[in-house]
Amino acid sequence: MGRSQEIYIRAPRFGNINRILGKAVLYGVVTAMTLPIIIMYLWLFMQSVSEKVLIGFIPSGFTADGWRFLWGPVKFGEVLLPPIWPITLNSLIIALGVTGIEVSIALMAGYALSRLRVPFRDSFLILIIILHAFPGITLLIAIFYLLNVMGLINTLLSVIIAKAALEIPMATWLIKGFFDAVPWDVEASALVDGCSRLQAWYKVILPLVKPGVAAVAIFAFLAGWNEFIYALTFIFDPNLYPLSIHIIGLIGEFRYVDYTLLAATALFYSIPPLVFFVITQKAFMKVPLVGMKGA
Amino acid sequence: MVRVKLDGLSKYFGEVKAVDNLNLSIKDGEFVAFLGPSGCGKTTTLLMIAGIYRPTKGRIYFDDMDITNIAPKDRNVGMVFQSYALYPHMKVYDNIAFPLKLKKLPKNEIDRKVKQVAKLMQIDHLLDRYPRQLSGGQQQRVALARALVKDAYVLLMDEPLSNLDAKLRILMRAELKKLQKELEVTTIYVTHDQVEAMSMADRIAVMNEGRLQQYSTPDELYDKPANIFVAGFIGSPPMNLIDATFREDSGGYLVDAGSFKLRLEPGMGEVVKNNLTGQEIIFGARPENMEIVEAAEDNTIEGTVYVLEPLGRDLIVNVKVNDYMIKALTKPGVNLNPGDKVWLKVDLDKIHIFDKKTGKAVI
Ligand SMILES: Nc1ncnc2c1ncn2[C@@H]1O[C@H](COP(=O)(O)OP(=O)(O)OP(=O)(O)O)[C@@H](O)[C@H]1O
Ligand SMILES: [Mg+2]
Repeated sequence: MGRSQEIYIRAPRFGNINRILGKAVLYGVVTAMTLPIIIMYLWLFMQSVSEKVLIGFIPSGFTADGWRFLWGPVKFGEVLLPPIWPITLNSLIIALGVTGIEVSIALMAGYALSRLRVPFRDSFLILIIILHAFPGITLLIAIFYLLNVMGLINTLLSVIIAKAALEIPMATWLIKGFFDAVPWDVEASALVDGCSRLQAWYKVILPLVKPGVAAVAIFAFLAGWNEFIYALTFIFDPNLYPLSIHIIGLIGEFRYVDYTLLAATALFYSIPPLVFFVITQKAFMKVPLVGMKGA
Repeated sequence: MVRVKLDGLSKYFGEVKAVDNLNLSIKDGEFVAFLGPSGCGKTTTLLMIAGIYRPTKGRIYFDDMDITNIAPKDRNVGMVFQSYALYPHMKVYDNIAFPLKLKKLPKNEIDRKVKQVAKLMQIDHLLDRYPRQLSGGQQQRVALARALVKDAYVLLMDEPLSNLDAKLRILMRAELKKLQKELEVTTIYVTHDQVEAMSMADRIAVMNEGRLQQYSTPDELYDKPANIFVAGFIGSPPMNLIDATFREDSGGYLVDAGSFKLRLEPGMGEVVKNNLTGQEIIFGARPENMEIVEAAEDNTIEGTVYVLEPLGRDLIVNVKVNDYMIKALTKPGVNLNPGDKVWLKVDLDKIHIFDKKTGKAVI
């Protein structure tokens, strides 16, 4: 009796130890992999709030000086830098503009490619991948020419359109996969239950491809937010510059660099994508495809 | 609610003739079962009636209206999909309420109807769950509830009970049949379980390889199979089908299977002779029409007991005759052992003869 009880108690304890060990290994590996990134961000943060950092990232001499750009114009050497908020707004407009256009077009095109009988569909899909292998930079001059003809040069819209246009094919390809995963029967069922094709699309299919929408939206937002070369080429008015160009300005203008200011700005630059990611993730992820036989 | 008429209905997928020239009339309020082996085109036919597939050829009528080109949403059919096809992102309640919401019914009426049908399908305790939190049988009943709730003109059910356990299935069969008669809704019920088809349907359409084989009442299907396929498909244990020749012999008619000869009544022989295209026939007799006797008589088949299959209420005796097996059905308790020599006495009134060339029944 005593013996069996002992075994009974001990067995789960071994189980626990194993589980904890397993978790420890898992977390260890993940930590080791992310450590360099974490250290870099830590350094960035410490740098942005101290006058000087010691041995890598130990701060000394706290200062809010680096973040002074948030509440007033910054004089940088001889130049008065443009205020940060309009610049941030420019970046946001570009990022959200790209996201909006890219997601809505990719959603429709992806659905069509997945569900409708499109001629040359397979060749088309392969072509998308092949074209994606060419760097967008090779099209810079041609795009400039086109935008110029359209009278869009030196507007935010020029960057939005060019970026979205280049990203849409891949986004379409990605989201088509999500549509493919929605069983035909579910759509057919919606039609039989009284939906029009459009109703079936937004009442039944769209909720099921939310994770795809999230993925495309995140990629699109990041692409727009990080866009540099098109902005630099198509925009001449410093008031229309996005943050990415603004930051280059902090490095390039003078012989010396204000690291504290640069670090703070860089950190500031990385916050919106994080916020966007968290929001999108919460709202869209985790939609199960069950309720089907064999799924 | 409506009559359904399929007129030369065909659906080809490239080379595959999934459904080929299907002609069928279903009366208002009738319960018709589509019965056939896997891949014979049952689901394809239902999807054409529902409006999901566009027929390659042919027309579909509800009453006198040609609905061939009408959108699915305007046909008002209820369908239970073979795969259930529940909406994964909606709770059970919302799954069932979905067709009613689309019809823009008032909220309290939706609520009443959903709860009523859920109770009937014994899923009223599951309304708050998502489909992924249900067992296969429960999901299937949600699919049934969703199809039943909308007061459809036509109810299409694609193997709606396939995933239930035996007990629940028998219960549901009875429930569905009763409900169907109460609602008087024209119903097409797909199954490959012949017992289900025989016990529920007013008429059964037997299909094979996209073609309609026979369309008649369960009794007629059993007693007068129109061709070899139906004869072999309907009935369990299946009908014995044996290659033979038919000829006239000293004024009478003879079925000659080599290892045995059966003499037909002159009247029956005449009919066979007049309907036959050649001499080759398939001779058919159901196991329950074969009596086991212990001595040779006129019109008996000689063989040895090969194996016994007790089924509780009945006993199937497999009798080896030359190089083929004949099944006979008898009551348990007979004293038979493998290796025993027996004679099978055929009830000649109940035999079937098929023309081997055409496959069609001649009597
Ligand atoms: N979308 C399709 N494309 C090509 N062939 C198809 C398609 N749908 C069905 N078929 C073919 O048509 C034939 C009939 O299929 P169907 O699904 O109607 O069979 P079924 O009678 O419902 O079979 P089961 O009892 O297995 O469900 C099959 O040979 C099948 O392979
Ligand atoms: Mg099927």
